[in-house]
Amino acid sequence: MSDPSPLWEVFVRARRGLSHTHVGSLHAPDAELALRNARDLYTRRQEGVSIWVVPAGAITASSPDEKDAFFDPAADKVYRHPTFYEVPDGVAHL
Amino acid sequence: MYGNDFGPPEEAPGGGLLGEVEAAEAALREAAARQRRGAPASDDDLAGYFAEVIEADQKIEPRDWMPEKYRKTLIRQIAQHAHSEIIGMQPEGNWISRAPSLKRKAILLAKVQDEAGHGLYLYAAAETLGVSRDELVDLLLNGRQKYSSIFNYPTLTWADVGAIGWLVDGAAIVNQVPLCRCSYGPYARAMIRICKEESFHQRQGYEILHSLSHGTPAQKAMAQDAVNRWWYPSLAMFGPPDGESTHSAQSMAWKIKRFSNDELRQRFVDMCVQQAEVLGLTIPDPDLRWNEERQAYDFTQPDYDELMRVISGDGPCNRQRMAHRRRAHAEGAWVREAAAAYAAKRAAEKKEKVAA
Repeated sequence: MSDPSPLWEVFVRARRGLSHTHVGSLHAPDAELALRNARDLYTRRQEGVSIWVVPAGAITASSPDEKDAFFDPAADKVYRHPTFYEVPDGVAHL
Repeated sequence: MYGNDFGPPEEAPGGGLLGEVEAAEAALREAAARQRRGAPASDDDLAGYFAEVIEADQKIEPRDWMPEKYRKTLIRQIAQHAHSEIIGMQPEGNWISRAPSLKRKAILLAKVQDEAGHGLYLYAAAETLGVSRDELVDLLLNGRQKYSSIFNYPTLTWADVGAIGWLVDGAAIVNQVPLCRCSYGPYARAMIRICKEESFHQRQGYEILHSLSHGTPAQKAMAQDAVNRWWYPSLAMFGPPDGESTHSAQSMAWKIKRFSNDELRQRFVDMCVQQAEVLGLTIPDPDLRWNEERQAYDFTQPDYDELMRVISGDGPCNRQRMAHRRRAHAEGAWVREAAAAYAAKRAAEKKEKVAA
């Protein structure tokens, strides 16, 4: 068997209406215990109303080794931002 | 937050140490927004890029390139910090069953649980640097990594729990608040979390001492005795004087460390004097006096030879602390094994269900 107590990443929703935010990580043998440990470790002071735990190994991350290239496609699409467009004088609600 | 029935108003959230933590958090966000080129241009540019990020007060993150020595220094520092939190549960844990009231017991339990939590945040931060928690625990258990020397002193009376909260946690906070601005992202974020929680620890200790020092003469004497014993070891927590500190210069350049040992020690002394007055207790230093020219207190340095002796293993409780930790680790083995066996069984059941 692999690691008997693998690493889990913990995400907490602080309040209704907010998205889950990464708060840290912990070790646990399974998802259920990871959830309980996350409650004890990251929400001792009512920091959250909902917790996600994700096996750290299941996360695929972009790598800084890819340098600029990975995010390059976004750089030349300024027209995705509303500030790209000229709004004629006198137009309301736009 | 327990006990707001004491303390000067500048301790309210927004000022004092909590205010500094919030300022560090704001600075983190502000620095992150600062414009800077997005990535190293080539492999030859890695060190230059690393230096630029540090220069801009931004954070180095786990997958970024970093000098090997930066990584090693951080692993050593974060691990020792984590070990200190774990060993630090012992002196106070000693009093959980003998706390003078249910309220005090509940508070102390919560505090010791926090210390365990701090240890876990810090081990997780260290793990982002490519070392496993199991390795670090082994290094502690076989004595190859150290923990803060302060925890090798005994807690002889209930007042010691108060003195630890006020002086030891107080010194730890002065040390740790600047670490909220450390250049390594996961460490800085863990420290912000920890410092917010430490503030409760320091206040609960101060409240214990305040109750005792305003109680019977015997209670006040007990409080004074605890302060007498914990004052100099607390000053020693800031480490050797600047001239003899081996790791400082490079850590300052990398913004792992922001102030020198002596600067932090001075800041701590200057804070404590007024707090001791409110307690009605005496800081055990006949040479403690205000220096108008320096705008700071002159004080007697702790015994650094004693610090070195305690660090090298010859303090009053070194052997006891390590024996206890090794025993706890060994006796907890069956819990870890049972949890792993249960998880394996459940995973196998799931597989069977899918197959069927």
